[in-house]
Amino acid sequence: MSFDVAAVRRQFPILSQIIDGQPVHYLDNGASAQTPDAVLDAVRTYETTGRANVLRGVHRLAERATEAYENARIEVADFLSVAPMEIVFTGGCTAAINLVAYSYGSLLKPGDRIIVSELEHHSNIVPWQLLRQRSGIELDVVPVTVNGRIDLNALPRLLTPRTKLISLAHVSNVTGTLLDVHAVVTLAKTVGAKVMLDGAQRAPHGPLDLAAMGIDFYAFAGHKAYGPNGIGVLWAKSELLEAMPPFLGGGSMIGRVTFAETTWAPPPRRFEAGTPPIGPAIGLGAACKWMRTLDWNSAHAHEMGLVERLMDGLQKIDGATLFGPASTQNRYPVVSFLLDGVHPHDVAQTLDSFGVAVRAGHHCCQPLMDRFDLDGTTRVSIAPYNDNTDIDALLTGVQHAARTLR
Amino acid sequence: MNDQLYQDRIVSLAKAKTGAGKLASPTKSARRDNPLCGDRVIIDVKLDDGGKISEIGHQVRGCLLCQASASALASVAVGRNAAGIEKVRLDAERAIGREEGEAGEPFSAFAPVKAHKSRHECVLLPFEALKDALS
Repeated sequence: MSFDVAAVRRQFPILSQIIDGQPVHYLDNGASAQTPDAVLDAVRTYETTGRANVLRGVHRLAERATEAYENARIEVADFLSVAPMEIVFTGGCTAAINLVAYSYGSLLKPGDRIIVSELEHHSNIVPWQLLRQRSGIELDVVPVTVNGRIDLNALPRLLTPRTKLISLAHVSNVTGTLLDVHAVVTLAKTVGAKVMLDGAQRAPHGPLDLAAMGIDFYAFAGHKAYGPNGIGVLWAKSELLEAMPPFLGGGSMIGRVTFAETTWAPPPRRFEAGTPPIGPAIGLGAACKWMRTLDWNSAHAHEMGLVERLMDGLQKIDGATLFGPASTQNRYPVVSFLLDGVHPHDVAQTLDSFGVAVRAGHHCCQPLMDRFDLDGTTRVSIAPYNDNTDIDALLTGVQHAARTLR
Repeated sequence: MNDQLYQDRIVSLAKAKTGAGKLASPTKSARRDNPLCGDRVIIDVKLDDGGKISEIGHQVRGCLLCQASASALASVAVGRNAAGIEKVRLDAERAIGREEGEAGEPFSAFAPVKAHKSRHECVLLPFEALKDALS
């Protein structure tokens, strides 16, 4: 099936610019993806025709803003195949996980257990460590295999009747490996544990059917999914949101406030204290709508074709080794590699001189780096607008680094 | 290609590995990590009775700039006390444009780093570790 990458690229104005005489080869999408005209236009429309606060105003601009904000919630819900009232807008993916750790976490008791994995981003480790300090829960860690996948064979022996939550990356931000969600949900059910997925690296690659996945919580970031910065999403089953106390207090999240007692608004407002990031939410709604315009079967095939081109090219460079699976099966287009004798930051810096943007370092996954005794990796993360010229420029840069820096 | 940073002098400093390795029985040691990039430097020093460095060893798990800086630092550290090392640091900071004035040798080699602010800490990390070791 053909995929018109040129047509997609034309929708991203940043990709057509020339910097210091070089085109932009943007392969750092796992850190932040770029933004299409559809998102820029939606934010500009809000800022120029409907900028006002939401929910409380009675004037026309406030009504426009509220309508656009709530429509964004519907767009996000449609993208995830869930109900709009189960969508909580947050400041980002990290904020969404912290919301669950604080709010759902407050329902847990000392001795209750939460499972994470060795490949988690710090944002799916530290919030649970903070909860452990606050409330005496215990943290268990699923190891990873030598190929950088979460070792689900090791999960059953970590499960206990006290296990209340399993929180894992849907797709690894280092190895691109896809979690076997069905297996995790099946195991979680044996002890009645909830399942939360950090979807930061999965959401930018097409619509999801969360209801069908059998999970309980899902979090993702707007800026990695072609939306603006400063916006993220927490989805949770409505009965969980109903049972959870507020995270932050302030305006909008209340029912009635007196000095003696305050009651809470129903979800999702209960978890959206203060003025929300209105423009970013509207932009994210547009990003979700834009993602639904793509044919993701062909987009994914295109992305994985680039992964194959990348892996083939790296294998021909002396001293270059993949970190993670060498296969394109059950993975998304995130690829980490090492170049023997050259530090990842020097690889990334050299690539920048070729106009290629990648990320190098520990990727906020220090426990994973420790597990493999690595300083870091160089990470290539691909979006549908990337093409062969991006991969070829990268391979040329890696060859140059291999020639000159060791 | 726009390759201004990895010029021969920096690469040569890194490859020279002057002072690389740990000392058998250091007077003092210190470790510094850069939490943003994960670079790590351990510095061992032997001090004479006057507090001057008589021997220095460094272990760097970091990028080429960090290795080059540790190597350059080790090449001029012997015979200096803490105040003397501060003067050397001033040279490094001049080279990367954090201080005014011309950088002396060997730190003038780091002038190409001036334009790459995200890499300044790579050059300064060995100095931070040595400062801790001498404090």
